[in-house]
This record gives sequence, C-alpha cells and structure tokens, in this order.
Amino acid sequence: MDLKSTRDAFGEALVELGSENSNLLVMDADLSISTKTCLFSGKYPERFFNAGIAEQNMVGVASGLSKTGKTVVVSTLAVFAPGRSYDQIRNTLVHSNCNVKIIVTHAGLSVGKDGSSHQSIEDIALSRVIPGLNVIIPCDAVETRAAIRMAVNTPGPFYIRLGRPEVPVINKINYEFKLGKGVVLREGNDITLIGCGIMVFEMLKTAKILEENDISAEVINMPSIKPIDKDLIRNRARKTGMVFTCEEHSIIGGLGSAVLETIEEEKNIYVKRIGLEDTFGESGLPEELFEKYGLSAEKITEKILKIYKKERSGYDC
Amino acid sequence: MENHSIKNLDKIANLARQNIIKVTTEVEGGHLAGSLSCIDILVVLYFKVLSHNPAMPDWDERDRFILSKGHAAPALYTVLAMSGYFPEEELYTLRKINSRLQGHPDSKKLPGIEISTGSLGQGFSAAVGMALGYKYDKKNGQIYCLVGDGECDEGQVWEAAMFASSYNIKNITVIIDRNRYQIDGETEKVIKLEPLKDKWNSFGWETMEIDGHNLNQIQEALEKARGTRTVIIANTIKGKGVSFLENNNKYHSKPCCREECSLAIDELNKKLEFI
Repeated sequence: MDLKSTRDAFGEALVELGSENSNLLVMDADLSISTKTCLFSGKYPERFFNAGIAEQNMVGVASGLSKTGKTVVVSTLAVFAPGRSYDQIRNTLVHSNCNVKIIVTHAGLSVGKDGSSHQSIEDIALSRVIPGLNVIIPCDAVETRAAIRMAVNTPGPFYIRLGRPEVPVINKINYEFKLGKGVVLREGNDITLIGCGIMVFEMLKTAKILEENDISAEVINMPSIKPIDKDLIRNRARKTGMVFTCEEHSIIGGLGSAVLETIEEEKNIYVKRIGLEDTFGESGLPEELFEKYGLSAEKITEKILKIYKKERSGYDC
Repeated sequence: MENHSIKNLDKIANLARQNIIKVTTEVEGGHLAGSLSCIDILVVLYFKVLSHNPAMPDWDERDRFILSKGHAAPALYTVLAMSGYFPEEELYTLRKINSRLQGHPDSKKLPGIEISTGSLGQGFSAAVGMALGYKYDKKNGQIYCLVGDGECDEGQVWEAAMFASSYNIKNITVIIDRNRYQIDGETEKVIKLEPLKDKWNSFGWETMEIDGHNLNQIQEALEKARGTRTVIIANTIKGKGVSFLENNNKYHSKPCCREECSLAIDELNKKLEFI
C-alpha cells in the first residue's frame, strides 16, 4: 500500500482547486510549511494571506473575506483551531454561516514527539457541537483530496481534520466523497467497527486479526462526523448488535459519542468507544503512543476479544 | 446617500435617541447607555456618509458598516429602521422570541447586518477581512467599524490592527466609541487603555480625535478618513442626551423604567424644539 500524509494531499488539493477556482483564497497562521498550504502560496502568492501567529484574527479575517464573495480556506494545527480560536469560529464564522473551510492538520496523538500541548484530542467534540458546522475526518490521502473538493464546492462552514504522519492509501483514486455517508470497507456478521481518520487502517488490521480468532468484523469508515450516516449506523448496529468505535480523540464527545447519540433509542445493542480515556497524550513516537494508549490494532483486538468473550456466551477462542 | 443638513441630522439623532429609549423601556432590556453614546456616529454614517441602499442590502458596491460592539444593537437597529431597512414598528420586537432583532446582531436573521457580532473584538477582524476582500477586488467601497473603548482590552483587536497595516489595507475606518466606561466601571480603572491614540499610531494607523457628539466633526472626520486606514477616537458620553443617564453606568445594560422613560422623552422633545 502506498503511504502518504493527509496534509500532503491537502496541499496538493489546494493547488488543484486553486487552478480551477480563482475565487479560492487561503490563509494560514505561520504554519504553512507544516500544514502544506505553502504549496498553494508558492503557486498563487496573491491569493494567500499569512495572518502570523494570530489564529483568532485569522478566523475573523477569513469570515469577513468570505462575506465579499470569496471561498476561504483557513489552516493551522488542530490544537489551535478550534482550540485557540473557538469563540471566533463559533460566534463569527459559523454564526454568520461563512463560506470558510477550516482545514487543520496535526490532529491527535500521531503528532508524536511534540507532546500533549500539540496533540489535539478534543477538537471533534468542540467542532461538532457547533450548530451548522460540518465536520469531516478523512482516512487517507485520496479521501482527503475528495473531501476538500466537496467542501470547497459546497457553500457554508466546514471543519476538516487531518493528520501529520504518512498513512496507507486505502481508497481508489476515483473515490468520490459523499457528505453524510459512511463507507463499508469490509463486510462482517459478528461485530461492527466504526472509525475515522488514521484509525480506519488500524480497524482493517484489527478485522484481520479478529478473523483469525473466528470473529467476523465489518469495518465502516465514517469520515462525515456531521452530518452523520444515521441509517447506516442503525442498520449495521441492529445487524450485529455489537459496535466498537475507534478514534484518535477523547472518548468524550467524539465519533463514539456521535454513534451513541445515533442509536440512543435502539434496544439490545452493545457499544464500546475506543479512544483516549479522559487523558492527555505525551511525547513519543506515534506507534509507541498508539500502543500505550490502546489505539494500535493489537491493543484494540485485545480489548474487543475480552469484551466479546464476556458478552457472547458460547464463544471461546 | 442623501443630502441631509446638519440641522436635519440633529433632528434624526434626537428622534433616534427617543426610539432607543422607548424601545428598550418597552421591551425591558437592551444596552441603553452605550447605544446613546454611539448613536450620533451611526446617524451620520447611515444618513450622510455610507453609500448604501436599504432596498438592496446586498448591493455589491456598497460601503459597509460593522458594529463590533454588538451590544449597541438598539442603536444599530434604530438607524437601520429609520433609514428604511425595515419598518420602525419592528423595533419593538427587540430581544423578543421569534424576532429578527436579536439581543446582539445576527446576520442570518436581519438584512443589513454584515456579520454577527456580540463577542467583543471579533467584528473588527471581520471588518478587516471585508476591507481586504474589497482591496483584492479593487472595489471603491469603504469599510466602517465601530469598536467600543472597553473592547480594546481584547487582544484580537490588536491582532487585527497589526494585520491591516501589515497588508497595507487603506479602505477601513475604525471609530472608537470612547465613552470611558465598561461594565465594571471606568476604563482607566478596570484596565488602562491610555495612551490609546499612541497605541493605534504605533500599530500603523492614522489617528484623529473628535467630539463624538458633534455631527460636523463626525462628518468631517469620516469624509477625511475615506481611502485611508484611520482610527477616529470619538470622545463620547455614555447615556448622552438625557441628563440623568449621562455618565451613569447603572444604565450600561439596563433600560429606563416607565417614569424615567417619560422624563427622558420630555427632555429630548424640549431639545428638539430648539433644533
């Protein structure tokens, strides 16, 4: 499988969309080399505005720019948007229904050695709770490109969460992003795995290991956190009766919570959220952090096997 | 832009004050004193300076006004209604359920509101963004933004000020409603703003200082500032126009009771006779 970071795909997508749409402007807050908006600024310097290390003003300026008929992408690290600029995103950008796409990189633990100050583990919760803000988390470079194309061509505010490291390319090149739709990557009958972002590949690995243990797991990529694919979640949850959600985020308020909200009126469905259990991360290599905080395929499998044995009587591996 | 005489603007400002006082009393809410301190500026803007069309609020070539101190919404709604954006009777729906006139301006609900404001410091950044958009499109329109003096406590104001001069934006006028009070008391006692003019100068802005209740001075300053990046520090009086409201911070977010309201209206009507 090819490896590519979602932030690299983001930078390339901006260049591509910039050539098609002269109305597209991009802003960054002194992190254009990290976020890869530097690819756009190199090609279209007159359409790029660096706000300096001032995320709150960047969000406000982008909002105002959009009200003069522009499509604006703002970028920084996930920890600074929505983190640093939360009130500006809520009260100016989304409240005024601005045509601004907040596309952030370096989300979650996989930031690695920079440590917990730069590992955003709350941003899914913070973004999806704002009324009218669409929230997207692509799982690979192909989906990133497709999601950004969709967001730039869809009026209104979007939050798109990307990562720092290279990740395997799962989707085929002609993949088309559908807002509000989940994607079944693997069919299965015993349990349902639902995840987003970097965790999608971990889930696919998990499903393989589970198969060796005679558990048939279906894997659903859920890139559209808001709006979320309620029908798919309900149908699959009813089918297997056992759902595991995986996210590089706190288990409080993220994808897992969104899934739980979707099936709150369903009976006899077991749901377990896998993610950070109300703790900050720390410095380390991404793979070390995934191991320590229970996000690696091996750790996820361990957790699932333990629960599966307890919940499904008669199962013995 | 109509050709109102100063005398005429004076009358409009007096009637606007009456509207603000009556409406806030009637609906029992709204930031009264800070609306009265900036109403003269808003009247000169909407009736003399701004190139706008109430029948076409989204007219592409318009000048734009952004009320960054969104709590002065009663003043903004009053000039919008009086200049024809919506019927004056609608002012009495202020802050009520199902109204387009929210406690703070909501751009999704009311035509003529360029962007939602209310959380301080944010409207100014958006105004800078609009000015940048106009500059990028080589449009002639000017962006006007009213910022509260207490609002200048917000770091975002200074981020935006730095951004505007860094990008050499020259189609934006900031008016500071320098009434010298914020909710907790006198601005210089809560957190020092002075030397305010020097601060703005050092951030790369032209500055002017005027009497924010002298309609001539307001008009002259606004006209002179067109096509530049200027801050007009408008020295104002909180609660201006009614003796017992002036410099009385009790009325920051509290309207007059019915008795006070009729006293205030009487006082303003007497002044109206002499205009």
